[in-house]
Amino acid sequence: MRTVYLDNNATTMVAPEVVEAMMPYFGQLYGNPSSAHLFGGQVHRLMEAAREKVAAFFGAQPNDILFTSCGTESDNTAVRAALQSQPEKRHIVTTRVEHPAILSLCQHLEKKEGCSVTYLAVDSQGRLDLDQLKESLTDQTAIVSIMWANNETGVVFPIQEIAELVKSRGITFHTDGVQAVGKIPMDLSRTGVDMVSLSGHKLHAPKGIGVLYIRKGTKFAPFIRGGHQERGRRAGTENVPYIIGLGKAIELAEAKLEEENTRVKALRDRLEKGLLASIPRSYVNGVEAERLPNTLSISFEYIEGEAILLKMSALGIAASSGSACTSGSLEPSHVLRSMGVPFTCAHGTVRFSLSVYNTQEDVDYVLEHLPMIVASLREISPYWEEGMAAAG
Amino acid sequence: MWEYSERTKEHFEHPRNVGEIADASAVGETGSITCGDALKLSLKIEDGIIVDAKFKTFGCASAIASSSALTEIIKGMTVEEAEKLTNHDIVDYLGGMPKEKIHCSVMGAEALEAALRNYRGLPPIEQEEGGELVCECFGVTDRQIIKAIRENGLTTVEEVTGATKAGGGCEKCHEDIEALIKKVLAEAEAKPIPKKLTNIQKIKLIEETLEKEIRPSLKSDGGDIELVDVEGSKVMVALRGMCTTCAASEATLKEYVQTILREKVTSDLEVEEVKE
Repeated sequence: MRTVYLDNNATTMVAPEVVEAMMPYFGQLYGNPSSAHLFGGQVHRLMEAAREKVAAFFGAQPNDILFTSCGTESDNTAVRAALQSQPEKRHIVTTRVEHPAILSLCQHLEKKEGCSVTYLAVDSQGRLDLDQLKESLTDQTAIVSIMWANNETGVVFPIQEIAELVKSRGITFHTDGVQAVGKIPMDLSRTGVDMVSLSGHKLHAPKGIGVLYIRKGTKFAPFIRGGHQERGRRAGTENVPYIIGLGKAIELAEAKLEEENTRVKALRDRLEKGLLASIPRSYVNGVEAERLPNTLSISFEYIEGEAILLKMSALGIAASSGSACTSGSLEPSHVLRSMGVPFTCAHGTVRFSLSVYNTQEDVDYVLEHLPMIVASLREISPYWEEGMAAAG
Repeated sequence: MWEYSERTKEHFEHPRNVGEIADASAVGETGSITCGDALKLSLKIEDGIIVDAKFKTFGCASAIASSSALTEIIKGMTVEEAEKLTNHDIVDYLGGMPKEKIHCSVMGAEALEAALRNYRGLPPIEQEEGGELVCECFGVTDRQIIKAIRENGLTTVEEVTGATKAGGGCEKCHEDIEALIKKVLAEAEAKPIPKKLTNIQKIKLIEETLEKEIRPSLKSDGGDIELVDVEGSKVMVALRGMCTTCAASEATLKEYVQTILREKVTSDLEVEEVKE
């Protein structure tokens, strides 16, 4: 059976070039970069070369790049660093649509560690109200953490504008850039962002490697203590093969950024237009907002997402859903609910996320099969006929 | 991804009895689009026997499979037999269900209950028995939660959420659910421990359990069971009907018949088949 992988916001295929670049580090190049001998030292040099590549991609300095184990660790490190280094400040500003890496951390800090948190609302298109952001900032605010792009809808926030606003008040600004990296330009030399989280496995590097960009001069305290690695900001022997792999993946991402915004975007648009045209009562979430070029969040009224996913999965199509039943939680996605997506739609939402490895055949395969899947589930649904009758 | 049984997958892929019966004798509805799943069940009942059942379901794979299974189980049953059906029967029929998905089978049992009340001309159960709203997110009452705790032997809030959805939203009602669990557990403990049964009492109780609990369920699959003799803790039975040719009869005896007898009579019973 063919596999049509359209779940790249969940994770991506490791690029063959990345695997190849990593292999020697599982073999003869096993030295510890901290060692005094040449055997370890050569590994150190190659690891630093990877750091330079990552830094260059973001218009940053190598010293600004901290390697972590994943995006979630980067997010936790950033928020905790801001709180620890400014113990007198106990207020956090974030949004209702963040990834759980930030959202549940903030809820924990609120419940268990005496912080107060402002969760900014979004409009029906998933956009922020910058006036509300401005009003939320106080002298007590330790950090503002707002994602660069949303993982479910692909809606992109105006990070540069937000950074200017937050920095004008002298407040630390962190952004979860996990979904944005490799998909849209992220020149950090032109923004006032203090910290950015990244995750390797979203851009064709393996799972288990992340980055926290920390602008020079940002107030910081380490999350993991121990050795002197990463200039004392994250203890623990560096994950050398994965750092090398990430360096390679960043190099590829840089080369493919244009393709992502032309060919991949055209594929996404083809999928979007095709589904809207062939499936009645379907709606694109965040359609009026600026979106990532690879993401499509689409709702099909009166049916449930897990059922759609399983039927697609049986045909080899991999996507994900904003539905409750998929995840084990009982409520539909917090992102869709924050946008006020009606319940008739929220449960029946599917997210397609493409990558440079997708082809037009992939998209056409979905266009060929999904209309029938939706129709078969609507036939079973008690609301479909009712809904259609009510609509006249 | 959920680990669904083969039978659940099969019923999801090829649901039986989809639709609505135009001249239905009874209709039962449960769930809502807000909650994420809903089931509309229609029944055709002739001379007290359910001769046809159809469903329409909005929900995930296990909700669709549960509805399909429900209609298959109840077709051919008498109304009285159908009234005894619980969500367990649906779960068993499908060969098990992830614990987070048990509420799908509960939805099936509730729709059936609603349809049978409708058939008997009774008002919806919530109207008659009331019950206080515990979970505002999913509109679940204390009556529903207590029923689920009793019937499924639930002991944690997480299990209650899996079975009824209660507590799966804002989580404000977790303390109330905890209190309901304690209440039901306390009731169960308060029941006097049965005295040692005399032989006659034991045989009577075995007969009664077979009659009320076990035979209806085997009959619905075209089988039957007969008590041959009781010797100490050994219960000798003979299988009849479809059970005699069923490859799973050994499992039925040990995992189903023996489990129920141990629960209802004494915990040391051993069920053995007598082949004639």
